[in-house]
Amino acid sequence: MSKDVMADLKRDHIAKMLSKGIREDGRRFEEMRPITIEKEYVRSAEGSARVHLGNTDVIVGIKMMVGQPFADTPNKGVLTTNAELIPLASETFESGPPGREAIEIARVVDRGIREGQAVDMEKLCIEPEKEVWIMFVDIHALDYDGNLFDAANIAAVSALKSTVVPAKRADKGEDFPLPVAHEPISVTAVKIGEHVLVDPTYDEQSVAEARLTVATNENGNLCAMQKGGEGSLTADEVLRIVDLSRTIGAEVRAKT
Amino acid sequence: MGGTPLPDGIKLMDEQGRRIDGRLPGELRPLKIEAGVLRRADGSAYLEMGHNKVMAAVYGPRECHPRHMQDPTRALVQCHYNMASFSVDDRKRPGPDRRSQEISKIISEALTHVVFTEYFPRTSIDVYIEVLQANAGTRCAGLTAASVALADAGIPMRDLVASCAAGKVANTMVLDLGKEEDNFGQADIPLGYIPRTEEVVLLQMDGDLTADEFRTGLGMAADACKKIYDVQRDALRRRYVVADDGGSEGVK
Repeated sequence: MSKDVMADLKRDHIAKMLSKGIREDGRRFEEMRPITIEKEYVRSAEGSARVHLGNTDVIVGIKMMVGQPFADTPNKGVLTTNAELIPLASETFESGPPGREAIEIARVVDRGIREGQAVDMEKLCIEPEKEVWIMFVDIHALDYDGNLFDAANIAAVSALKSTVVPAKRADKGEDFPLPVAHEPISVTAVKIGEHVLVDPTYDEQSVAEARLTVATNENGNLCAMQKGGEGSLTADEVLRIVDLSRTIGAEVRAKT
Repeated sequence: MGGTPLPDGIKLMDEQGRRIDGRLPGELRPLKIEAGVLRRADGSAYLEMGHNKVMAAVYGPRECHPRHMQDPTRALVQCHYNMASFSVDDRKRPGPDRRSQEISKIISEALTHVVFTEYFPRTSIDVYIEVLQANAGTRCAGLTAASVALADAGIPMRDLVASCAAGKVANTMVLDLGKEEDNFGQADIPLGYIPRTEEVVLLQMDGDLTADEFRTGLGMAADACKKIYDVQRDALRRRYVVADDGGSEGVK
């Protein structure tokens, strides 16, 4: 109950500030928080990156394993994405099997990498129908201040770019860098009242009515999208967020 | 989606611009909705869209379990989307998987927007979507059916949500992708839409689209939702208006 009262107070406060054009942390509406990326953060992983997006802190580790391809893609590697929202990162996360929130984050990041064709999966084939590389993208939230979608996406793309396929260890020839072909970057915006804000903080996200994540590629094309939240968006708002994602995505991509 | 090579001999669109199942780019699959088809549920709907067969049932408002999920200010709309193991070519392992959990989440959110949840504090409104036969577009079919089932259950709603996908096939923007088009097409945009207020309540996209193509697709899907909305309303009207034959059809 107290949580609801707090949420109401917070919503009023944030909305009042927004109507004056001010965000809690002084950002412009279409401004991302500062991004820092530390690649190869975990040595035991084949590739990794730790990303701070403002106070949101997330690690993505990439592990590569030899395994069987799917029957319908006998000459392609396999991509598996998982997110763990551990209680260490927020009082709202619980231990145990991933809930709907974690599954959604993992699947949206997965969709960006997969549909954006970040990795040339055919180059991960060892022997068609028999052996391919399986790529595990594991997202680990450490500190949660909103917008895990983009933080995880940035970390995943950065980690992929730092990944070396451990072929020698698996007795499959020489090690080689993961063939990264594209860099799909997602940008998430939320709607609070009539305002659209990019890269929401935890507080902003918790009072937002709707959320839209849009992933774009280097050529400005869209490759993945996901709306969330119980509120609605107009078509114009959707198209505006698409435009924002294309321009901001390009700026973020330059940092990975 | 995205670069899966087409098996030999399959052409997604012919020279006349007809799609693999004979439809034109802006054509929906045949849609049939019937409200009030189950006896036990408080509300229900059966929907066929092309070769999709989907059943939706609503229970509630009823006591919310687990209790810690209760909200003292409003009802919880909890959707459970499930595919029958026999609904697809390769048997699906029964039970919730990550895909169905994600779909359940976004459909719950879309439906929450139209239900007057504040009328039923501490309760749960459970929406069960069962896909009996799947042929691409089941989340849209499920959402369309679920909103009819909610209305059939007599739950106060702002409006119905209609849902339909647009996509890109053979470099053309088309409506309502079929199975081959979903598997071998270039992009898919499932949309949940309230035609009267022009609100987007569910939106996903995967594949590869330019911003202009997306704009076109969004417009096509929104227009198609208006047609689906009419079919939804018609299904409810048939359920509740006494027909000339004494209203035998679909009465509990």
